[in-house]
Amino acid sequence: MDIILQQLVNGLSLGSVYGLIAIGYTMVYGIIGMINFAHGDVYMVSAYITAVAIALLSFFGIESFPVIIFGTLIFTIFVTGVYGWVIERVAYRPLRGSSRLSILISAIGMSLILQNYVQLSQGAKQQGVPTLLSGAIRFDIGDGFVQITYMKLFILVASFVGMAVLTYIIQKTKLGRMCRATQQDPKMASILGIDTDKIISTVFVIGATMAALAGVLVTLDYGGFDFYVGFIIGIKAFTAAVLGGIGSLPGAMLGGIILGLSEALFAGLISSDYKDVFSFSLLVVILIFRPSGLLGKPEVEKV
Amino acid sequence: MSNAVVKKTLVSLAIAGAMTAAQADVVIGVAGPHTGAYAAFGAQLWNGASAAAKAINDAGGIDGEMIKLVKADDACEPKQAVSVANRLVDSDEAVAVVGHFCSSSSIPASNIYEEAGVLQVTPASTNPGYTDRGLPNVFRVCGRDDQQGDVAASYIVDELGATRVAVIHDKDTYGKGLADAMKSTLNAYGVKEVLYEGLTRGEKDFNALVTKIRSVDADVVYFGGLHSEAGPLVRQMREQGLTAKFISGDGIVSDEFVSVAGSADYVDGVLMTFGADPTSYAAGKAVVKKFRDSGVEPEGYVMYSYAAMQVVAEALKNADLDPVKASDWLHANKVETVMGTKAFDEKGDLLVSDYVMYEWDKQGKYSMLGM
Repeated sequence: MDIILQQLVNGLSLGSVYGLIAIGYTMVYGIIGMINFAHGDVYMVSAYITAVAIALLSFFGIESFPVIIFGTLIFTIFVTGVYGWVIERVAYRPLRGSSRLSILISAIGMSLILQNYVQLSQGAKQQGVPTLLSGAIRFDIGDGFVQITYMKLFILVASFVGMAVLTYIIQKTKLGRMCRATQQDPKMASILGIDTDKIISTVFVIGATMAALAGVLVTLDYGGFDFYVGFIIGIKAFTAAVLGGIGSLPGAMLGGIILGLSEALFAGLISSDYKDVFSFSLLVVILIFRPSGLLGKPEVEKV
Repeated sequence: MSNAVVKKTLVSLAIAGAMTAAQADVVIGVAGPHTGAYAAFGAQLWNGASAAAKAINDAGGIDGEMIKLVKADDACEPKQAVSVANRLVDSDEAVAVVGHFCSSSSIPASNIYEEAGVLQVTPASTNPGYTDRGLPNVFRVCGRDDQQGDVAASYIVDELGATRVAVIHDKDTYGKGLADAMKSTLNAYGVKEVLYEGLTRGEKDFNALVTKIRSVDADVVYFGGLHSEAGPLVRQMREQGLTAKFISGDGIVSDEFVSVAGSADYVDGVLMTFGADPTSYAAGKAVVKKFRDSGVEPEGYVMYSYAAMQVVAEALKNADLDPVKASDWLHANKVETVMGTKAFDEKGDLLVSDYVMYEWDKQGKYSMLGM
């Protein structure tokens, strides 16, 4: 019993991270109908920026955890946001209006550029940040226990807060309205006075900031990172976005949680050798019965 | 005859003379990555082999013949290894080779050497496939990946007295090979593992697996793989309150193990098998001192290459410089080297592997156990 509950906790915290990164895929797809394959690498870059931020803060003699984490979050989110903006400017805007294939290639190229640029400038070796927050809350259940580390709890809370803020922005603010209008019909939106280029840039920046949030949290939690960490987690997050229905914000989070839970439960109860086989088979099955994902709406041909 | 022609003839005569003189020497190839990403290892090979060759030549050479070394650069690429092996055999007429460094180079090159009857002694290739194919001419002065597993298994059973062992690997050739080797020795001791599973390379979250290790109540976790996965794994074990011993192989022998784990606290007490410090042998003290006096630190594979060259020279000396006979001789006789006495089995592996147990400490450093 305690083991199953523990696996649920493991899956939930893993899934919330997938969900955060999935937001970047889902929002960019929603607005320009393409997959930003460089998104996983934006996450990877944010891991390095996290380390820089911590080093800077400790250089100034700051040691309290809340100050470090919020300082790191603000710094990393800002710098990663700039990355998101530059990537859109360099790799996507010049190709606006070209075929989907060229944009796709440009995205993959951007991903390779980021990976190689970080590898060349930072070295291929594993890097790490020190543990800032340790300890866990533990509940006794029968003979065993279920526990969640403070860091994992922080991840859960931070990702749900991040999601809530983002949902509020998209649903209730003027900026959100402009985003949704651009998503629905870019041409009409632009005729009605919305600067669609600016909105698309904003969406890339929002996606990058969510990846940065995940990057800070995960880097602080696991300690280690290298130039390649964005690849696997990027693919998982992309899967989560498709699973939940690409283009849908709550879908990204739901997809992330489902993917995280299914991985943890399958690895924990059956075998971790085949957990990825299981997760991706699950994706195929869901897409067969719901081609647009769990919360996705089927694309309606615009007239 | 014009002057130019005379000159040319004289020059070619001189070259021919030099070549005859060279052929009287014993030509030995030093094959390894002298350029490319692994060039540092090639330099180690060259430092060790050339110092040994110089010492042997100063002591009168092999039966009066001087050793002449030829550098052969394979850049750790199998294709290039085959082509330099062909060159060593055909144009350099080498009788023996010290090298190559990477198993992926040593293995294809060994076929060329076998056809030509050239003796090959590698200082560094640990893949079992190098000797398992039964070639008569291949030897190594380092351990095998599966000997490493044996050392770990006997430590787990004899020293730790563990009965509940979880075996984890990274599904990769090296990691799974090592874990399987450990597992089969463990089973031969009568201990059945309580868990045998693979994790995915490149992932960082192994919490689900750790919870599973917790549920089978393991007292030892053996991991076959590299530090990039071992770091997060051991950290997440400690975070979930698992105090089980963590044991791995030479895939984690890197300072990066500490940085990926996040802090030295997490690696405290981690055990690993790794070749005994090559500078710690009594037989090699003088050579180590000589290296340090000349400003070369005998790190990594320097001493291994020195020993490999000694093995080659000793075998050739006892076989009238015939490399085929030298191979036969090596299968049956021991050689004294700077890394102690080396004896080989019928496949060319060391009879006694030099793997020993190391332990990581709170400072994030590792040291040999019992030293």
